[in-house]
Amino acid sequence: MGKDKMTGKPRGMNRRSVLKGAAAGIGLAAGSGAITGFPTIWAQNIKNVTLRQFGTGVSNLNAIAEKCKADTGITLQMTALDSDAVAQRAVTQPKSFDIADIEYWICKKVFPAGVMQPMDTSKIKNVDKIVPLFLNGKLKPDSVIAQGTAPHSVGFVEGKDSTKFAKSQTQWMTMIPTIYNADTLGIRPDLVGRPITNWKDIMDPKFKGKASILNIPSIGIMDAAMICESMGEVKYGDKGNMTKAEIDKTIAVMTAAKKAGQFRAFWKTFDESVNLMASGEVIIQSMWSPAVTAVKSKGIQCVYQPLAEGYRAWGGGLGIAKHLTGLELDAAYEYINWYLSGWVGAYLNRQGYYSAVLDTAKQHMSADEWAFWMEGKPAKTDILSPEGKLLEKAGAVRDGGAFEDRMGKVACWNAVMDEDRYMVQKWNEFIAA
Amino acid sequence: MKRFNYTPYLQVAPLAFVFGAFLVIPILTIVVVSFWDYDFARIIPDFVLTNYAELLGSPVTLRTYLNTLRYAAIVWVCTLAIGFTIAYFLAFHVQSTTWQTACFLICTVPFLTSNIIRMISWIPFLGRNGLLNSALMGLGVVNQPLEFLLFSDFAVVLAFVHLYTLFMIVPIFNSMMRIDRALLEAAYDAGASGWQVLVNVILPLCKPGIAIGSIFVVTLVMGDFITVRFMSGGQSASVGLMMANAISLLQYPAAAANAVILLIVVLLMVAAMMRVVDIRKEL
Repeated sequence: MGKDKMTGKPRGMNRRSVLKGAAAGIGLAAGSGAITGFPTIWAQNIKNVTLRQFGTGVSNLNAIAEKCKADTGITLQMTALDSDAVAQRAVTQPKSFDIADIEYWICKKVFPAGVMQPMDTSKIKNVDKIVPLFLNGKLKPDSVIAQGTAPHSVGFVEGKDSTKFAKSQTQWMTMIPTIYNADTLGIRPDLVGRPITNWKDIMDPKFKGKASILNIPSIGIMDAAMICESMGEVKYGDKGNMTKAEIDKTIAVMTAAKKAGQFRAFWKTFDESVNLMASGEVIIQSMWSPAVTAVKSKGIQCVYQPLAEGYRAWGGGLGIAKHLTGLELDAAYEYINWYLSGWVGAYLNRQGYYSAVLDTAKQHMSADEWAFWMEGKPAKTDILSPEGKLLEKAGAVRDGGAFEDRMGKVACWNAVMDEDRYMVQKWNEFIAA
Repeated sequence: MKRFNYTPYLQVAPLAFVFGAFLVIPILTIVVVSFWDYDFARIIPDFVLTNYAELLGSPVTLRTYLNTLRYAAIVWVCTLAIGFTIAYFLAFHVQSTTWQTACFLICTVPFLTSNIIRMISWIPFLGRNGLLNSALMGLGVVNQPLEFLLFSDFAVVLAFVHLYTLFMIVPIFNSMMRIDRALLEAAYDAGASGWQVLVNVILPLCKPGIAIGSIFVVTLVMGDFITVRFMSGGQSASVGLMMANAISLLQYPAAAANAVILLIVVLLMVAAMMRVVDIRKEL
């Protein structure tokens, strides 16, 4: 069935799937007594539903909203905010959004506040095709679960109205994973002048005044921990949940480096990191994958360097606001099913991210694209971005290689620590030092 | 018996209402919130002193305040020197009123763009591979790009001076234009040199303008966060930046406590300036 949908005429098939979704909705709503008559209006109505989605800039893409409108009729109103603002708004203004597009570590903060509702996985078509990383924390059955807020640990709750995270997979999912990646350091290979192999290389005195890390406390502290661990300065029990002593030691190492003039700047937004790298102010820094792509698309060499200690990973997902009911709730499920049906997955994969359901995404990518992005093989033809811009010439290989090599080497997930408030306080002292 | 006269109260009412609604109430709100408690997502009505205790007990606070005061002092000296010179030139050297107006308007032209744009435009200019470094290296003045130009205190002060000098020029120019030219003639006739006229006649008569300009510059620099953040590359702290950080983490009570302290510090500074110069005398 899913396959037919992919290869058939998009319009006809999509209308049918909408009708089907609507019909399911009618049944549900009629059963619950939410509507009393005129069910045929629903099929029309779902096309008029507007869902307000907010999240971080990475996946709030206009192209997705446009395609969603064309395929399902649902209008998406997207708002991009920074990670902290997303968490706060979700908690303080729970009626201001319908769909939250947030990271799992934000979910750990936000979901217990009772502002979101868990999703019934029986209504999610591709749920069993989701990458197991999000279901049990293991990419392969023999993988070791990484430190930090691993998505599966906050991916499920115990019941429909529960806000307590479940230990293992249940029917009730807090968020449907959408987009994730493994982060590492970005370098300018033309300027570093030596091979970069470890996280500690960012502290090389040779790069004095030419290094940068990001100034978002909850993520920056992880990069700092990867660096300190690599230097052998600090030993961590769990980098994703440090003790006060571990935080103190980490900040002390970073402060000493800052005072010695190791860092050129600290960046807070994606654009800043691109500008720092492209202008040559910085030649080695924390970076996000699309920022590396953005630097490359300016014709400047930039490598997303795999490092011996592994990656710092992050993952985002879509969650549904508590206040959604009836038609809007059905539209939200329809949207999430559409999200996992392949087009978006292919779009995200082509940006260098990974999508949660790989099988459907594969059907929307050419064999060569799939081999380049997912299997780490040399490109047979030129690799284009989703907008059609040239990213890599034929023959290029993806930094870090195949999906298993990258996501299989995750050392730590972005996390919220128990000592969160203390950590933020210390981080601010580091920035002010 | 004379009837109570309502007229003055009615006349003062609109202004009192505007001040009350848009100044007094917001400030009182800030003061109240500064005693509230908070966690990561909520602010909790309460009466706790922890916000002040954490703020005043942290060595970072003192360092940040001193750093901000340092910026304010350096920027004040620079804007005063530049502002006074330009105002002097406009008021006493440019003879025709037309040219005075024209030159004055030219001074304000950069203010037609947003101050963020004016600030950010320094970044590509001062960068390691920026225009200035390329030019200096091309001329053979330096062999290596000058690193201190960008993401440094120098860059912060430069941007501040660029942004705020006009606030010094305008009131000083205004004061200078009110000076009776006969006084200058009299001073010259009595045998004063140009320098003596400047120091003993013009400068004292410009004091109110200088004071007003100083209040503008000092309060703007003390409250700034965006200039410090961008021009220091996130490496320096200012009081405003501390508050912005706290707000971005929803720690509104902590930010409010900091705002109250900053307000007190700035009010004390303004009060000190008013003690030195009686502004109303000349208005």
